[in-house]
Amino acid sequence: MARVPYATIPPMNLAQELLGIRFKNPTVLASGIWGITASSWQEVARNGAGAVTTKSLWAKEHKGNPNPTIISTEHWMLNAVGVPDAGPEKAREEIGEYMKQHPAPLIANIIGLSAEEFAEIARALAPLKPDAFEVNLSTPTFLKLRGKLFAEDEKEVAEILGSVRKEIGSIPMFVKLTPNVPNIGEIANAAVRAGADGITAINTVGPGMAIDLKSRMPILAAHKGGLSGPALKPIAIRCIAEIYEATEGKVPIIGTGGVYTGLDAIELMLAGASLVGIGTAIGDRGATIFADVCREIETWCDQEGVNDIKELVGSMHAELKKRGIAGTSMKHA
Amino acid sequence: MVKVSLQNRLPTTYRVAAIRQETEHVKTFTFPVSFGALPGQFIMVWLPGFDEVPMSVAMDDGTVTKMTFFDVGDLTKELFKLTKGDLVGLRGPFGTHYEWEKNQHLILVAGGYGAAPMYFVAQEAVKDGCTVDFVVGARGKEHLLYLDEIKGLKNTTLHIATDDGSVGHKGYNTEVLEKLLHENASSPRRSVMLSEVSEANEDEAHVRRSAQHDTFLSVFACGPEMMMKRISVICAERNVPCFMSLERYMKCGYGLCGNCVVDPLGIRLCTDGPVVSNDIIQSIKEFGTYHRDALGKKHNF
Repeated sequence: MARVPYATIPPMNLAQELLGIRFKNPTVLASGIWGITASSWQEVARNGAGAVTTKSLWAKEHKGNPNPTIISTEHWMLNAVGVPDAGPEKAREEIGEYMKQHPAPLIANIIGLSAEEFAEIARALAPLKPDAFEVNLSTPTFLKLRGKLFAEDEKEVAEILGSVRKEIGSIPMFVKLTPNVPNIGEIANAAVRAGADGITAINTVGPGMAIDLKSRMPILAAHKGGLSGPALKPIAIRCIAEIYEATEGKVPIIGTGGVYTGLDAIELMLAGASLVGIGTAIGDRGATIFADVCREIETWCDQEGVNDIKELVGSMHAELKKRGIAGTSMKHA
Repeated sequence: MVKVSLQNRLPTTYRVAAIRQETEHVKTFTFPVSFGALPGQFIMVWLPGFDEVPMSVAMDDGTVTKMTFFDVGDLTKELFKLTKGDLVGLRGPFGTHYEWEKNQHLILVAGGYGAAPMYFVAQEAVKDGCTVDFVVGARGKEHLLYLDEIKGLKNTTLHIATDDGSVGHKGYNTEVLEKLLHENASSPRRSVMLSEVSEANEDEAHVRRSAQHDTFLSVFACGPEMMMKRISVICAERNVPCFMSLERYMKCGYGLCGNCVVDPLGIRLCTDGPVVSNDIIQSIKEFGTYHRDALGKKHNF
């Protein structure tokens, strides 16, 4: 595409309205990173995030794992924090505090070990009117607590989402899915049938391990932990593409996995993400990553003559269709 | 103070090369590795199969790294049992560090194990021509750390305060700080320094004189939070530049877990700290009031 002279380009529109929520840009603080307190969410919003997601919130106090819980190299991060949380009293206090100023949409991420527990925390938080809920069915910590992920099983997904929906009325509900299934598209459709308004994909992959050579011990205290960071991005792209195809592009996706730059964010959007979660990369690019990624998106869009970010969402699929290819597949080579 | 080292975020185990018993409850481990750590930075110390905690670096001379610790926590009690040759995992260095200008005057205030990182500051700062008043405080004589090392530094004056008066000033080290600041306000050293600068660079000297009480003096402190709370007030009242090392629960050490975020600023003390200027400290409302645990729950001091 020819370079459009800068002066002729209207201001880049990074904003979108999805499920009745206005997002000033597509960047979202991913759950589990930084987001324990109102002060944190506000600081992330001040740094330009389009939305912030809380760390997973339980119906009761939940203890995490001993350290080391987070380790990384330039290629990957492993974490086995174990989803610690002080319980609903603290969650209500912090969300209430944040909603007074409400500088960016707040997505309340909730977790439990049964449909009842999910319903209980949803019930405790719904009156505070977070902009959306995100139902965590996919943390690897479920492997420790119950031997399997909820997000592996369509029936369990439906049961939990149904019970949460009863508590939150019309508040939009995202469901966070695991890449560790052979059929993420089908799971996503099951979630939508059960009342999910949007999909967050993906949670960490694995789990993985790292061993200290001299002591011959696993480094993580919990031995195994979810893998994120740069290595996760290609898996996230594939999962987002499959979800987008399965849901025919009708369901907003928060794409999460290995996003470090504006170009990473655009790639996830081409696969089908409307919004893009940022987590692990904060450790490398710092708090300014949200504004930096937005600027990088703008620069690329300026160069390519794109003036509305919505045009990017799912456009890989449109390109395939234009070329007469029905969808992503491994059969075309 | 220009070298910025690369963080290592994956622990590697090293064999303890030397152990020194400082006091009944304090030991210093020497490791045969340099992390390029600067005074005030911390390292995550891992005991395989047990736990991992952040610790201030007591010394990193480019060849070896020393860590000084009390046997107060679950992990440090276990570390206390180790012998030479045992394996300890280390990763880092993380966080901000103390900074000074050449030929500055520094007042270092150390409470308890804060003496270790403050000694690291003093050792490096005197190499830059700084003069140092080093104020150490402890409950009693038997809890004082690093006295011989401090006495061995050039251009450094040691001041001691003990709660029980067993040695030095009977009372708090913050009282010694107040006395030093009072003396400094009228000291010839300050005027000499300002006149030297004014000859060297008139504009710079003007900026310095008008900016604050005395930009040639900085106060650095490390120790219990209630001690630092007092120092924060003392320095703010007198308009003296002050930097202190704050402590909060940490998991990752590099800005991801969010456990060390302070209210209401939302900054992470592992990346925006642990060494923080008093201007920022003054707007940390939880400072000296409460801190949060591994679950994010508040606990009052």
